Amino acid sequence: MSNETATFDRVADIIAETADIPRDKITPESHAIDDLGIDSLAFLDIAFAVDKAFGIKLPLERWTQEVNEGKVPAEEYFVLKNLCARIDGLVAEKAAKA
Amino acid sequence: MRLEYFEMIDSVVRLDRAAGRIEARALVPDASPVFEGHFPGHPLVPGVLLTETMAQASGYLVLAHLDFAQMPFLMAVDKARFRSFVGPGAALDITASLEHDGSGYAVTRAAIRHEGKALCDAELRFRTMPFPAGLDAPMRERARKIGLIDGTAE
Repeated sequence: MSNETATFDRVADIIAETADIPRDKITPESHAIDDLGIDSLAFLDIAFAVDKAFGIKLPLERWTQEVNEGKVPAEEYFVLKNLCARIDGLVAEKAAKA
Repeated sequence: MRLEYFEMIDSVVRLDRAAGRIEARALVPDASPVFEGHFPGHPLVPGVLLTETMAQASGYLVLAHLDFAQMPFLMAVDKARFRSFVGPGAALDITASLEHDGSGYAVTRAAIRHEGKALCDAELRFRTMPFPAGLDAPMRERARKIGLIDGTAE
């Protein structure tokens, strides 16, 4: 299984469990807010579970600021395949520092 | 404790910034309108107020951890357990530890003991945000009053 698929599967499992969304509704193309209806409170629940599972700290404050200022489209963070790519990036960054 | 004013923490006994841990004390008042309803003739501190007490101890811990740069607001209570009863006049020992310092949120585990016996515990989550206008100064004042700021070697 590729790293990308493994990350997506773990994140999808977390979302299914944390936000009570049927696992088969969650695809790499799903937008967490527009497609899955995850609100900001549930997204923080998911962020906590992701932080714990991957040993990282999702930079949510920076992402929110970038989206609010129009610098980055929300899809870059909220479409799951993009979110998973960023998680992989943060994991790699952490491993490089260790 | 001033239950009606939601001032649950009387004093900070110890703040360990490096370990992300706080110990605090609170004395349940001998009388309060709260006890008139909960329960008539059988006064008990409501679980919701014990939860608030754990949340406030955690909140002060997060405030100290963030150097008052942001204000924590309670957003989730998980795995709350109320293991024993407590009533008027009880001295409570509250502890909270920072489990995770997230971006825009923080997670703590908190517990209250009474006479060495476990009373309740929970995992609490807070959204951390810029202080709403006018809240910074009163929070600092309350923190000073309970000895949080004095004890943090500012």
